Parts: sequence; structure tokens; C-alpha cells
Amino acid sequence: MSFLERMGLNRSQSADNAKERLKLVLIHDRAGLSPGKLEALKDDLIRVIEKHVSIDTREVQITLTRDRDQQRLVADIPILSIKDRR
Amino acid sequence: MSAKVVTITSGKGGVGKTTATANLAVALAKTNDKVVSIDADIGLRNLDVVMGLENRIVYDLVDVIEGRCKLRQAMIRDKRFENLYLIPAAQTRDKTAVSPSDMVSLCEELRGDFDWILVDSPAGIERGFRNAIAPSDLVLVMTNPEVSAVRDADRIIGLIEAEEKGPGALVINRVKPEMVKRGDMLSTEDIVDVLAIDLIGIVPEDETVLIASNQGRAAVLDERSKAGHAFTNIAQRLKGAEVPFDELESRDGFFDRILKFGRAGGDS
Repeated sequence: MSFLERMGLNRSQSADNAKERLKLVLIHDRAGLSPGKLEALKDDLIRVIEKHVSIDTREVQITLTRDRDQQRLVADIPILSIKDRR
Repeated sequence: MSAKVVTITSGKGGVGKTTATANLAVALAKTNDKVVSIDADIGLRNLDVVMGLENRIVYDLVDVIEGRCKLRQAMIRDKRFENLYLIPAAQTRDKTAVSPSDMVSLCEELRGDFDWILVDSPAGIERGFRNAIAPSDLVLVMTNPEVSAVRDADRIIGLIEAEEKGPGALVINRVKPEMVKRGDMLSTEDIVDVLAIDLIGIVPEDETVLIASNQGRAAVLDERSKAGHAFTNIAQRLKGAEVPFDELESRDGFFDRILKFGRAGGDS
């Protein structure tokens, strides 16, 4: 415990922490897609897309998002430029 | 007279469903409404002890459903309110003894004689939960300000929507305002924000609830009980009154915005 916390001057952040963890777990729960499954999906996706276009596999990002009632799977897949490919 | 069926459920165990059912039943009975509460937690009967009626049980819910007694025989009249009844759960281990359609027909039989039928749901998302929501007109989803309980509430909200019993109304139980204030407890705003469901009650953590239930009394009968006051407010909101959320020291603005809830009592 820091000096500030002991003095009661520092507002605790455990509730903020709880809210962030809750949001994240609910995003996965609601989609029925655990973080592990999402990783597997990402690997499959990379394999399929690579058949058709050259992509920067290290930079691929698949994220689950939610705005209001709509769940969304957002994929950010950088395509390698022509000069990178040749 | 056609009763409104209100189911109290939560997903997670131990958040206060049974206590809430007992308190809401008494709060509604206090205003002279005719109320019957049904303990749908087959195998783990508890609403009877919380209401202080455990010594009067002869027949139970399963006896009614299996035709061993008449519905009236299983209805236990409250000690204080003659317009309040309890139908206790069975202590059998066979949870399949009751089906969702049994609950629907039971409630249909009761509707004509009551203003309110309160169903105390078991924890979990299995048969008992499905039984409890099958006859429901309104589902109250209870939670506590902790990650696990809110997560389970979210699951329940999804399931009641899938069963077309949604959207439901949220009760946040065991709130400690001083912990919220110092940033160590999820606030009402946080919870309503992530669950995106109407709020119908905020109940503070309060020792008087245990003290009352130790004696088989409802906290709503204790004038000084803050939690009792909160349950009385929920009962008023069920009846369609617009009661401000003054259970806790509220922050202005937010509570005004969620005040819109209120027509749940409807024209039953």
C-alpha cells in the first residue's frame, strides 16, 4: 500500500477495475466466444485470407465490440503492398 | 381481478432473491393487495423460514401438482396479513416433479383470486429457473455489486429475452454507499450501464434484514430499516408509482434519468 493510499488521499480504483473486467467478460459471454476461441478463429481466418491475398499476419487484429445491442466482430487485416510481395 | 405474476431471479445464488420475495410480498400485502408467493426452489425450501411460516406447512407445491391435495390446502396464510399466502416448495430431490406448463396452469388458477403472484426462483439457469419464469408477466433480475453476480445477471437477462419474458427489471441488492463513494464498489450507474436494463430498485446492505429474517419477519415491517424502505419503494414501483430513487444518497441527474421506469404495475 502506497503512502498516499495509507493516508486515504488516493481514491481506490478497484471499482473501475471491476467495471473494465466485467465489460470484457460480458463481451465474450454475449457472443459465446471465449478469448481462446477468438484466437483460434483468428488463426483460421489468417489461413483462409492468405490463400487469396498477402497479409501482414503479425499485425492481424480480431476484436469483439459492442455498441448498444449490436455485437460486432471487427477484423483489422493489413494487406502487404505490391512492393512488399515481390 | 387478474394477478400480475412477478418472478424474482438472479442466476447467481445468495444475492437475496428469497429475502426480496418475502419483503415484496409483505410490502404489497401491507397496502391491502392480495398476494401469494410461491417458492419455486424445489428441494431447497427457504421462503417459508424467511416468512416465518415453516411450522405451518402441511402440503407443498409438488403435492398440488401431483394431485395429493387441493391448491387451497397448500396455501399457507401469513400470521400478520390475512391477504398474504405462501405456497411452499417441496423438499423432494426430484427436480423434474414440476414443469414450466405446471407453473403456468397453477398461476392461471390463482390469477383470479389475487393481485400479485410472486415467484421465488432458484439460482441457476436450469429447469427450476425455467419453471419460475414460465408464468411470469415481469421478471425482476437481482444482482449484487460484484463482477460475478452482474455477469450472471447478464446471462439471465439474455435468457429471459430468449424466452420472450424480457426485458425484465433490475434490482441491485447489498449496496454499500460508502464503498461506492471511495471507489471500491461498482456503482448503480456502472451496473445499469453494462446491463442496459431498466432499474426498479436499489437496496442497501443492511443488518436489519438479517435481524428481521432471524425472527421470520420482513424488514419492510421495521420502520427504521433502510433496506425495508427500499423494498417498499420497489413494491410501489411495481404498482406503477413513480418513486424517486432515494434509497441511497443519490447523485443528481442519473437517478432522474432512470425514473422513467414505473408502468410495470400496469393495469392488472
